[in-house]
Amino acid sequence: MNLPEELKYSEEHEWVKEEGGNKVRIGITDFAQSELGDIVFVELPEVGDELEADSPFGSVESVKTVSELYAPVSGKVVEVNEDLEDSPENVNESPYSDGWMIVVEMSNPSDLEKLMDASKYKEMVSAD
Amino acid sequence: MAAWLKPCPLWQTEWEIMEVEIVAELKQTPLYPVYKDEAKLVPFAGWEMPVQFSGIKVEHEAVRTRAGLFDVSHMGEAEITGPDALALIQKLTTNDASKLEVGQAQYTLMCYPDGGTVDDLLVYKKAEDVYLLVLNAANIDKDVEWIEKHAAGEVTVRNVSDETAQLALQGPLAEQVLQRLTETDLSAIKPFRFLQDVDLDGVRGMVSRTGYTGEDGFEIYLPAEQAADLWKKILAAGKEEGVIPCGLGARDTLRFEARLALYGNELSASVTPLEAGLGFAVKPEKGEFIGRDVLARQKEEGAPRKLVGLEMIGRGIPRSRYPVFAGEEEIGEVTSGTQSPTLKKNVGLALVKREFSEIGTQVEVGIRGKRVAAQVVKTPFYKRSKK
Repeated sequence: MNLPEELKYSEEHEWVKEEGGNKVRIGITDFAQSELGDIVFVELPEVGDELEADSPFGSVESVKTVSELYAPVSGKVVEVNEDLEDSPENVNESPYSDGWMIVVEMSNPSDLEKLMDASKYKEMVSAD
Repeated sequence: MAAWLKPCPLWQTEWEIMEVEIVAELKQTPLYPVYKDEAKLVPFAGWEMPVQFSGIKVEHEAVRTRAGLFDVSHMGEAEITGPDALALIQKLTTNDASKLEVGQAQYTLMCYPDGGTVDDLLVYKKAEDVYLLVLNAANIDKDVEWIEKHAAGEVTVRNVSDETAQLALQGPLAEQVLQRLTETDLSAIKPFRFLQDVDLDGVRGMVSRTGYTGEDGFEIYLPAEQAADLWKKILAAGKEEGVIPCGLGARDTLRFEARLALYGNELSASVTPLEAGLGFAVKPEKGEFIGRDVLARQKEEGAPRKLVGLEMIGRGIPRSRYPVFAGEEEIGEVTSGTQSPTLKKNVGLALVKREFSEIGTQVEVGIRGKRVAAQVVKTPFYKRSKK
């Protein structure tokens, strides 16, 4: 299981990467993509949408499953990975790079404190 | 599995049941020890079954282009024997079992008096007065009870599910691969025919040219204790051709593309075989059987609902139980849907009011609260080219 040290992780299996200026990039973890299997459809919000932490912001569908995505932080969507519309398999192939989903400008940066580091996240998924 | 991973629509019923009974003991097939470390396992109809080995898309493609091996030992088998066996089967099923020769199999359904479906099944005629019924795993107890309740005269009903394993080798190379294990000429087994007591490299089983994938292939019934041996032999025999083990995930996408009904999705106690487009297996002219009045009428006048294919026009994937609309009217619901691995299109099967069933009809699918445009298209989504 690939879990980059520099990222933060949510209980809902998203990764969060701090990019400065209160902006964070968000995607799903390697563990999540592997559990889901072949991803064939990703539904994301639009630039300008407001997200609330712990609320659904989109969904990801594999051949057999539909799973909701939960926002790890509150804020405004400032970028959306539009390549995933035609290439949802990027989430399987490179969950931490080409498979990124959105960039959010946080309204409450203290949301980050609730997230886990790599070792704690690993502990959580190993306990499942 | 992580709590975050929501129950997937196609297994929804099973997951819902599981959540209620939480750790109700899951059954395992005799092959469980062979693949438990290499497959992703899920609860299905009370069984702990492999949903995938290498990946649903890869397995799907293997079956469409080469061959794949499935463990379907969870399926049920009931043996009906005795001078009144045929009469019992004729009373219970919609197709005409009197047409069967020894060595022939038939797709058929059992219905309630109102025409709703008890189960869909295969009937094998093994000898005069000896039949084998192959039942859906989730329905075994219900079916056997239903069969026993209607048994009359000199007939014995025996549930042989636990002692019987079933492997399915499916795909264009199935015959070539299986032929390596036997002296018996498999090309002589025509579709919906079978041979008993075939020697497959020392394992004896019943080899049937049937399947649930839309491809050529075989279903092999054998004693449970020999299943692991045959599984390994078939995979070894097909190694060069790229035969791989396949799970229930690919089995479902394969049968879906070929428009083969799945009980619990396309069929249920509230859906008749005619609504599900299975009129070819309903023969009112054979004489009395349970459900005949309703089914004969539907065959004559048309059923009020019809199973149609849907292709999405807007972005989204239709999934089981999503509502279907025409204008403001809810006209039915999706029974199965996914992104077709062969066509790479988002398609579904839906049971809709008959007046909306014409090809080209514009409809909308309710996808998690949003209405997304779709249209009625021809099925099956996939049909193999004949040799």
